[in-house]
Amino acid sequence: MTDLVEPVELVGPDDRGPARYGTLRYALSKAGGAMLSIAMVIVGTFFAFRMLPGDPVRALAQGRNMTPEQLDLERRRLGLDKPVAEQFLQFVQDTLRFDLGISYEYKRPVSDLINERFGATLLLAGTALVMAVSLGIWQGSRAGWKHGSRFDKLSTGASLVLWSVPTFWLGLLLLMVFAAGIGPIPGVFPTRGIESVDAPEGIGYILDVAKHMVLPCLTMVGVIYAQYLLVMRSSLLDEIGQDYVTTARAKGLRDDEVRRKHAVPNAMLPTVTLVFMRIGFVVGGAVTVEAIFSWPGLGQLFYEAIRVPDFTLMQGTFMLIAVSVILMNTLADVVYHVLDPRVRSA
Amino acid sequence: MNSVAWTRRRRAFGRFWAAYRAEKAGMAGLVVLVVAVGMAVTAPLFIDESVTSVVNGTGERLAPPSLDDPLGTDESGRSILLMIWWGARTSLLIGFLAALLSMVIGTVFGISAGHFRGWLGAVLMRITDWFLVLPSLVTALVLAAILGGSTWTIIIAIGVTSWASTARLIRAQTLAVEARPYIERSTALGAGHWHITTRHVLPNVAPLLLASTTLEVASAIVTESTLAFLGVSANKTSWGTMLRASYDWGAATSGAWWYILVPGLCIVTVVMAFTLCGRALEKVLNPRLRRAAA
Repeated sequence: MTDLVEPVELVGPDDRGPARYGTLRYALSKAGGAMLSIAMVIVGTFFAFRMLPGDPVRALAQGRNMTPEQLDLERRRLGLDKPVAEQFLQFVQDTLRFDLGISYEYKRPVSDLINERFGATLLLAGTALVMAVSLGIWQGSRAGWKHGSRFDKLSTGASLVLWSVPTFWLGLLLLMVFAAGIGPIPGVFPTRGIESVDAPEGIGYILDVAKHMVLPCLTMVGVIYAQYLLVMRSSLLDEIGQDYVTTARAKGLRDDEVRRKHAVPNAMLPTVTLVFMRIGFVVGGAVTVEAIFSWPGLGQLFYEAIRVPDFTLMQGTFMLIAVSVILMNTLADVVYHVLDPRVRSA
Repeated sequence: MNSVAWTRRRRAFGRFWAAYRAEKAGMAGLVVLVVAVGMAVTAPLFIDESVTSVVNGTGERLAPPSLDDPLGTDESGRSILLMIWWGARTSLLIGFLAALLSMVIGTVFGISAGHFRGWLGAVLMRITDWFLVLPSLVTALVLAAILGGSTWTIIIAIGVTSWASTARLIRAQTLAVEARPYIERSTALGAGHWHITTRHVLPNVAPLLLASTTLEVASAIVTESTLAFLGVSANKTSWGTMLRASYDWGAATSGAWWYILVPGLCIVTVVMAFTLCGRALEKVLNPRLRRAAA
């Protein structure tokens, strides 16, 4: 989180890859790195959930009346009575087949639960991400172009404040003001869920979901858009002094055209890569937002797993989230390499 | 320590302080921080832990701000004012210690990865990159859930998941420092790894480390409150656990605005103060940024 204010190139993609190998070689080496990272996630998860204090079975038994025989049965069901090496091989095999075990809480396969919840998260996080990125790029490029102006100071100030606001608190505030209603403001938006119980069919259903999505989406945008704004602003500032901008001006282009057609496209790259690089941060935000607004997505599933605690479900959702984030990051590296000729020829 | 070095250091500090004082936002942040930390440290002189005990609530339940309880009461009739005062201790303690842990891990990894080229450095960077891509909040939640929530496990969970960007920053700086000729001279005079890293590299990366620690404290406080809000936390009163309770008791839907507003504003104020200080430090200490600003 802290690296918001770090120099851009530190959070940018790893561009030290030798250029002479070409894009395909580069992509392959990145894919190899991603495979290694994924393998580390699987191994790490296995050992974290088995070696750390807090035997899963004992954790399950907390607050429940379970006889030693039942505990033994539960251990056998989870395969905890076998040697660690055997457990590990079994675990790796199952994971690679996307068999993530049976959730203790739901008594259903974790992979089924994940499949059901995936769409809701994609809808919420995707919408929020698109909105945050467009807003961030728009506002950031304007603030950077007229740096030092009142608009710039206001934008930078607002994004610093938003950056300091914990996601869940912003959600609580919005919930309080716009869902419950305070003083003269009536509660307009629903407090929880993705659809009303009496949701109509067709177009009405879409509108109903959209209405449920307003507050969670607003919360996510509010928190994640600041970083896009700041990065866009600083990378536009880097472009302002460049020769080609002066040339464009000398050609007699209007100020607005210089910004939109010349400076912004060049300044976009770091921001666009940041979208993928920071996907882990977005995911963290999604967990919090889904927990507050009971949005039935992956984040809420993970949150429930932690609350119960349901270790099988927790480990399954964690691995899925971690692996998706790793894949997104790798994609960012490769896309950046393809898009930016400066990195390739460096 | 000979006096020449001391005079030089005192002068350097004087220059730094003069430059820092020119940063208005940074000074404002510093003042807020001194006040907040001072209040948290001296809290036991005025109140004690009993203000957070549910049986000691003297006010009405969920009463709005009044003369008796200037910031209202919570679901058990405890005073919010006293609760946030006492809770500041937990929030700030976790913030500082988690940031410290994160910095120690980040510095060790960063300096080693920069100093030892070859396979060791490559392995260390691989591990760092891995931690860099892992979604830190989600990982911290898992760690805290597995380890069980106590103050120390929360500190570990935050520290272990947040050091990677520091390690990268420190590694870059280490590479820059070690490229200088005086390191070569030092090696020629027989300096070992330990001498070079602790006597030459560490003092050179220390200023950057200070700025980045300050920023890290801010993010650790946010993470702590988020972990507490999501239900994995020490059972001690902190700003995050108060907000959790406000959510559990439906403060948002029943209009108990003070219960949500007050702890949240405390978090935002302190986090902003740390961020402003960190940014000001960075501006003063990082020559690259200083030149950019000039």
